[in-house]
Amino acid sequence: MEDAIRLVGITKTFGEIRANRDISLTIRRGEILSLLGENGSGKTTLMNILSGIYFPDAGQVFVGGREVTIASPKDAFDLGIGMIHQHFKLVDVFTAAENIILGLPGERRGRLDMKAVEEKVRRICDRYGFDIEPDQKVYEMTVSQKQTLEIVKVLYRGADILILDEPTAVLTPQETEKLFAVMREMKKDGRAVVIITHKLHEVLSVSDRVSILRKGEYIGTVDTKDATELSLTEMMVGKKVTLDIERPEPENRVKRIEVKNLNVMGPEGVPVLKDISFEAYGGEILGIAGISGCGQKELLEAVAGLTIPMAGSSVEYFPPDKDKPEQLVGRSPREIKDMGVHLSFVPEDRLGMGLVASMGMADNMMLKSYEKGSSFFVEKKAPRELAEAVKDELAVVTPSVGYPVRRLSGGNVQKVLVGREIAAAPSVLMTAYAVRGLDIGTSYQIYHLLNEQKKKGVAVIYVGEDLDVLIDLCDRILVLCAGQVTGIVDGREATKEGIGLLMTKIARTDDGHRHLGHADTTETTEGGAAHE
Amino acid sequence: MNKAIEVGKSEHREPFLRIARRDGVSPGRKIGVRAASIVIALILDALFIVVVTGLNPLAVYAEIFKATFGTSLRFMWMLRDMAALLCIGVALAPAFKMRFWNIGAEGQVLMGGFATAMCMMFLGQKLPTPVLFLVMVIASLAAGALWSFFPAFFKANWNTNETLFTLMMNYVAIQIVAYATNILRGQASSLGTINMGSKIGWFPKLLGYDFTLNILIVAVLTVAMYIYLKYTKHGYEISVVGESEKTAKYAGIDVKRVTIRTLLLSGAICGLCGFIIVAGNKHTISTNTAGGDGFTAIIVAWLAKFNTFYMALISFLLVFLEKGAGQIASTYGLNEYIADIISGIILFCILGSEFFLNYRMIFRHKEEKGGGVK
Repeated sequence: MEDAIRLVGITKTFGEIRANRDISLTIRRGEILSLLGENGSGKTTLMNILSGIYFPDAGQVFVGGREVTIASPKDAFDLGIGMIHQHFKLVDVFTAAENIILGLPGERRGRLDMKAVEEKVRRICDRYGFDIEPDQKVYEMTVSQKQTLEIVKVLYRGADILILDEPTAVLTPQETEKLFAVMREMKKDGRAVVIITHKLHEVLSVSDRVSILRKGEYIGTVDTKDATELSLTEMMVGKKVTLDIERPEPENRVKRIEVKNLNVMGPEGVPVLKDISFEAYGGEILGIAGISGCGQKELLEAVAGLTIPMAGSSVEYFPPDKDKPEQLVGRSPREIKDMGVHLSFVPEDRLGMGLVASMGMADNMMLKSYEKGSSFFVEKKAPRELAEAVKDELAVVTPSVGYPVRRLSGGNVQKVLVGREIAAAPSVLMTAYAVRGLDIGTSYQIYHLLNEQKKKGVAVIYVGEDLDVLIDLCDRILVLCAGQVTGIVDGREATKEGIGLLMTKIARTDDGHRHLGHADTTETTEGGAAHE
Repeated sequence: MNKAIEVGKSEHREPFLRIARRDGVSPGRKIGVRAASIVIALILDALFIVVVTGLNPLAVYAEIFKATFGTSLRFMWMLRDMAALLCIGVALAPAFKMRFWNIGAEGQVLMGGFATAMCMMFLGQKLPTPVLFLVMVIASLAAGALWSFFPAFFKANWNTNETLFTLMMNYVAIQIVAYATNILRGQASSLGTINMGSKIGWFPKLLGYDFTLNILIVAVLTVAMYIYLKYTKHGYEISVVGESEKTAKYAGIDVKRVTIRTLLLSGAICGLCGFIIVAGNKHTISTNTAGGDGFTAIIVAWLAKFNTFYMALISFLLVFLEKGAGQIASTYGLNEYIADIISGIILFCILGSEFFLNYRMIFRHKEEKGGGVK
């Protein structure tokens, strides 16, 4: 097979951090290469060098056998390299075709021929079976369609080397399969495809070869047919690991939270949560699944008192020491805390919401407890001790507890946040995407911490995106779709396909309203699982 | 594929200069870069002085130095002016730390000074001195706080733009003062020295100087503000709100309350600064009383990254250069713009050195070029 790109000795440093250290690897035509590595291993940096966003400190890039300089994204395009970024770079109010030609030089003479552009876009779409219309506006598209548009965009520009940065993170299992089919078609066309991911089963199902990076270094390349999840993980982590998530049997399940008819209006006046009802029990982990942006964040924030639900909503808390439930709706986070509700919350936005990025661990430990006591001054000693304890217990890598958490790696940031929330001895622990972006070792550490909380009788709510993990970890899984509950299933019996279907159950009808596919499923599935 | 070769992009060519961020700078390097920046400033200035004015640069530098350190009275004058600037910087610190861009210090100072002057004029004869001072302090605090309250209230409730709001409040304050002086003194832009004979409401002489008290008050404020921001619950709340409102809400902090409370404090200290300027120095009120310090103090607060002790250093530097520029202008009969250019070059080099502390430059085919300041 012909080499599309050869990298030799690529090195890139950011300040003290060596993101890429002497990396050499080859990308071939007519093949799908997986670039595998934990977070911070330098995958994205390396691909950004190829797409002209970064310039390497040292090393050579050969495209089609000739040494080249890629000093800007335009150079990359000229060389036929197209990157589909994790975060879409589209203008919402433009149509698909307008987004595609954005930034391209027009014809020297004459007017822009939109017809010809649309024709060419349609040809690309027909070739690969993409379901986008050239005159469709981006804001009307689903996440999957937006991603497709990004792909069409680079194909339109003549890219024959495609780099996809974690493309499946935002897709349902069904959409992922479709994307993989497209990638295989591109391979048949003799294009080179690189996919960055850290989902091992995807690596195994779609790629021909796997190149592994670890801490900025190139570890090696293996043929996918010779690899297993375990062998890849060991190359990635650098030591032997086990990949089983434990799920202890729930003991002493007691009702802690009961949500009834929760309705929340979004900032644009559109309902973001509609008639949500569920119960969370102490001693179990309740998973929440759904395509991102289907109301997961709003649901947790409503329970935490950060948003004001609409009239008629009810979130009741059942205290361990009292018989009567307490109503949480209409109370601020401070009032909820003052009522003696030990509610811990690990939000999705760790540095922008859960922590103060410029402060150190010690100052972050007191974020929710600093106002204790009547003194005008803050008590700094106890938080410092707590920070030291969390640092030791969870093996947080930081020069000191005063070092700004912003400068810590994603995994360490999350350990600080989870450590603080668990140290508050919660009776309800809500986590949103607790392991997003974390490496395998840290993810398992977090699962373990959640299981420990569950064994202590804490009601754990786990919003997740990896269905395999949800199915392995959670006792029950609530599925959200477009702000509604489309089902609550037993984690021990759930299948990925089943959850995937529930995730996309609400279809858009012609008059713009959303409706439930099978309105009665909610009751039946919940009835089956919620009985003790 | 062959397109690449056709386009002619295939030759290997590294950009001539790239700039990369630098992490963690050693203290030795910091001192080195800053010292180098001063040396470069003096060399550039010397060239400028020789070429443009034909004077001996060393003599010019000596004059600049003498402007502040020549006599003990000059030194006290420098301290007095530095105190006024620093006081406003200290007042701005909590607001800026909360990421509330209060650029209305000029107006808040003016209102504080105006309230003080009115007390001196109309209550001076009626109240015993200690009571008069108490009333003056309260009136100036209230006037400054009132001027910052409106923008804070609107920001807290309706998220209005505080930059425009505080800026416009400056002009309102200026117009009020202009209006009052016009009415009270008939077409005059200043009230003239208030209580010139009786010196009622003037700061008493301490340790032989008229404005020792100015300096003492500001010194205390500087330390107090440092402690307030660093060690109190209020200070902690300010940091959290400034960093992220979402985090503050998540932590259960009442963002509205903190915003308004902090701005009341910021405005009140600005008002107090007006009191210090009027009662401790100028003994009059005019639209020029704040003299632009309300804006210069923004630079002071920013350069010091809201650390009040650094603010003292920076206000010293600014006042030192301003005094020096005035001195050489009068000694050598220089055009004052030329004097400003000379002091401006020094300031530019010192501030410019920050760039070399935070970034490094990488030239083609060279590993690393240090500092840029040779």
